[in-house]
Amino acid sequence: MNESRKEILQIVIVLVGVIFLIKLFSIQVVDDRYAIMAEGNAIMRQVQYPFRGLIYDRNQKLIVYNTPEYDIEVIAKDIKKFDSTKFCEVFEISKEELRVKFKEMKARKEYSPFKPTLFLDQLSNIDFARVQDQMAEFPGFYIQARTTRAYSSTALANALGYVSEINKKQLDRDKSKIYKQGDYIGQSGIEAFYEEQLRGKRGIRFILRDVKGIEKGSFNDGRYDTLSVPGQNLITGIDIDLQQYGEFLMKGKSGSIVAIEPSSGEILSLVSGPSYDPTLLTGKNYSTNFKLINADSLKPLFNRPLMAQYRPGSIFKIAQAMTALQEGVITPETRIRCDRSIINCHGAHSNEDLRGAIANSCNPYFHGVLRRMLNKGVVNDPFEDTRIGLAEWDKHIKSFGFGSQLGIDLPNEKGGLVPTPAYYDRAYNNRPWKFSNIYSIAIGEGENLVVPIQMANFAATIANRGFFYTPHLVKSIGGDGKPLPQYIEKHFTSIDPSYFIVAVDAMQQVVEEGTGQYRAKLADVIVCGKTGTVENAPPLFDHSVFIAFAPRDNPKIAISVYVEDAGQGARAAASIASLMIEKYLFGQTKRPHIEQYVLNNKFE
Amino acid sequence: MSIREEDISGKLDWVAVLLYIVMVGLGWLNIFASVYDESVKQTIWDLSLNSGRQLIFIAASFIIILAIVIIDMRFYEAFAYLFFGVILFVLILVPFIGKEVGGNKAWLGIGSFGVQPSEFAKFITAMAVAKFIGSVGFKMDNLKNQATLFAMMALPMLLILLQKDTGTALVFTSFVLVFYREGLSPFLLIVGICAALIFILTLLIPNQIYLHGAIAMVLIALIVFGKKKLRRIVLLTTGAIVISGVIESVDYVITDVLKPHQQNRVKALINPDADPLGYGWNVTQSKIAIGSGGFIGKGFLEGTQTKFDFVPEQSTDFIFCTIGEEHGWVGSLFVIALFIALLLRVIFIAERQKSRFARVYGYSVATLFFFHFAVNIGMTIGLFPVIGIPLPFFSYGGSSLWGFTILLFVLLKLDAHRSQMLQRA
Repeated sequence: MNESRKEILQIVIVLVGVIFLIKLFSIQVVDDRYAIMAEGNAIMRQVQYPFRGLIYDRNQKLIVYNTPEYDIEVIAKDIKKFDSTKFCEVFEISKEELRVKFKEMKARKEYSPFKPTLFLDQLSNIDFARVQDQMAEFPGFYIQARTTRAYSSTALANALGYVSEINKKQLDRDKSKIYKQGDYIGQSGIEAFYEEQLRGKRGIRFILRDVKGIEKGSFNDGRYDTLSVPGQNLITGIDIDLQQYGEFLMKGKSGSIVAIEPSSGEILSLVSGPSYDPTLLTGKNYSTNFKLINADSLKPLFNRPLMAQYRPGSIFKIAQAMTALQEGVITPETRIRCDRSIINCHGAHSNEDLRGAIANSCNPYFHGVLRRMLNKGVVNDPFEDTRIGLAEWDKHIKSFGFGSQLGIDLPNEKGGLVPTPAYYDRAYNNRPWKFSNIYSIAIGEGENLVVPIQMANFAATIANRGFFYTPHLVKSIGGDGKPLPQYIEKHFTSIDPSYFIVAVDAMQQVVEEGTGQYRAKLADVIVCGKTGTVENAPPLFDHSVFIAFAPRDNPKIAISVYVEDAGQGARAAASIASLMIEKYLFGQTKRPHIEQYVLNNKFE
Repeated sequence: MSIREEDISGKLDWVAVLLYIVMVGLGWLNIFASVYDESVKQTIWDLSLNSGRQLIFIAASFIIILAIVIIDMRFYEAFAYLFFGVILFVLILVPFIGKEVGGNKAWLGIGSFGVQPSEFAKFITAMAVAKFIGSVGFKMDNLKNQATLFAMMALPMLLILLQKDTGTALVFTSFVLVFYREGLSPFLLIVGICAALIFILTLLIPNQIYLHGAIAMVLIALIVFGKKKLRRIVLLTTGAIVISGVIESVDYVITDVLKPHQQNRVKALINPDADPLGYGWNVTQSKIAIGSGGFIGKGFLEGTQTKFDFVPEQSTDFIFCTIGEEHGWVGSLFVIALFIALLLRVIFIAERQKSRFARVYGYSVATLFFFHFAVNIGMTIGLFPVIGIPLPFFSYGGSSLWGFTILLFVLLKLDAHRSQMLQRA
């Protein structure tokens, strides 16, 4: 019997060995989960956030750059027991907040105990310095360095736009799946329009770590790592000094300034008043500040140069004039009496020619001009005749870029309105209409709507004697040194260049003898301009409008200024325009009294 | 009459000696791999590392082997009871003057080195048990003898339990297998196995009602489909009640007797994924390390889990993880084969002894080794709860290495003189 017992013991021993080998086979060879988990232990996949492209002004001055920002991320499976009191002390949060943060983290869509998940975001440099040394006491918590935008001045906020975390709608719309929750994306302005160029590409590093989370080098000597690619830098046409000056002048006012370099279409300055400090929309306080700024009744986030649609007022008379010349219904010598019974007028003039009518901004003159254009007598029926005339008129006006988006490199540009026969049919509910119903468009009132950028573009077109480049902010993308291809195209109007000379002469006259002489004239350079005063409902004042370019020959700057609720164009707008021209051409202004006048905000 | 001792080294069982040398050597290399830190310049000879210290322990083992070989083989049997008394005394002392290391107070310190008396208690108890069974007039079916045997097994167990070293205490249960070989009725063994099965079932099935229900159904089935004799029915019913009672008491033991960390270890066994960051950590990391080794392993010194210290206690209790990760299934196969070879060889040696004392001692050696082997490796692959016992010759540690060396070589010494022993089957 003892023999068999010996055998039983021997069998038991061998059996145990076999059982072990089977189990080992199962976990070593058959089940590959463990190999994966081993890698999960030792290998950490770390995202390298790319360096977002920088933005410069036309003189290579840095406008927008990146500043470091730190997020605290967590790999849940690495968390060992830690001193939560100490944690709260170090990170300056309460125990309740700590609890909430854990809940939030677990609720995130892509939460996984094996991957780094965001826990606390946007620690500043100072926080980082304080916290960095203590990280070893909280295993499972890591610092992820990122960058956030920083600005070298408070100017240009609207055009630059802001950057914030991508929201759910945008994530859903991202078909290419480049973005992940927690990524930053440009939300408005240049940051949004050039997002693709600015964002760069994420890199991945696979890091070997030991059980304490201490880095031990790159996995497989970095064979699977990819370097992050920084975004492309942008050079804008903006002159940051000019921009700051413009924002300074617009203090306390609502409106816009747009300045363009006519020979290239590069925007020198894009001022929207009121504006805000772009730094407010970065960092930890982004959401609080956003709510505040958004709630401001004056709407600083509304980018007026692109989005505000106004009636153009008298500046439109120049477009009228050239259209009429092109259509042949007048010549520069045509005189029309200033009959103030038809339509109101200002100033001491009575029977001007074209240049004089422009210089004095004579309303009855242009009333007559438009009538000749719309009622050419092509057909007998005045209604039909007006329709035909208006259609011709539309063609010319639209060739200046009015009535549709110009295609600036910022989102949310509006197109303004150039009324067409179809428009009036709708407006009058298909009842008949003719010249006498619509004549206010002759003087830039009525149904016409323009956007400040279109006005500046108009000034640039005249400066160029007949063509324009689509206005754009960015003149150079990355190493290429070129803007987007659509911005190097010349666009010609339907007006013969010879008629532009008339406009140029007239605009010079405006500044030398006409409505612009009081504040727009400069000593050392010939400025060409046109005032406009747009009707506004009382008790508010009319809007003050001015367009200009200088010098007359080889113009370097074309500008439009629109100041809401500030009275006559000759006052606020003309002053600002000429100050801006002076600043740009000479680097400084020599008329402190005009400057003071502008800053005082008393224009009536 | 003294018997001239010839050149006895030739008579030491060379298979066992070879196995010993291979295992100790591999064990030493493996300890180096388990403590290897590639960012620090270190060699295997570095004395500050466990591997270096193990080398010193190995050197000391050779001295011990020499001593065993020189000392007369009758020495062991003669002084077995004395040593047993001494070790019991020392074990009583340890809780009072011992150092606390790793949660249990099992060490006696001499300078910077410590000794674990419990490691030596295994060998001494084996001696004492062997002597008792080998004594004249011993009968295994004698209840009084059985009681004495169990007492000899239980006393060191209890004393070691006082040191809070549950693992080592459990090792002593392996003596039951020795008793079995020497004639103990298998009944107790079967009862023990059944108790263990019930224990496991109780753990696996959370709601006891199902178990009780199952037992009741089995009982009814047996009554209905068997001989309807009253005595049988009474026996079966009593048995069923006893089993239910055991289930309940097992539940009681688990929830009220076992300490939380022990409960957790049991829980970790049932479902190691339940709390991978908490009580399941050791086993999870161990399985990850071993499991990631694949078929041929990651290579010597190339184990990421080993190098980066993911497995706790990796040079001691979890030393098998290094083998599993760095040498894969093939490596594991080799080491397991080594152990099985050693165990079968020891049984073989035990069986060819002429004296009962030597044979019983030999079986004690086999069962003690077997327990360590089975439980340690089983623990690393998740088949047994985590209890801290070493893998012989592979785990780092002086006391355990010396304890196992003495266990083995005393047998080899006795074996070398087997022809000189008086026959006492």
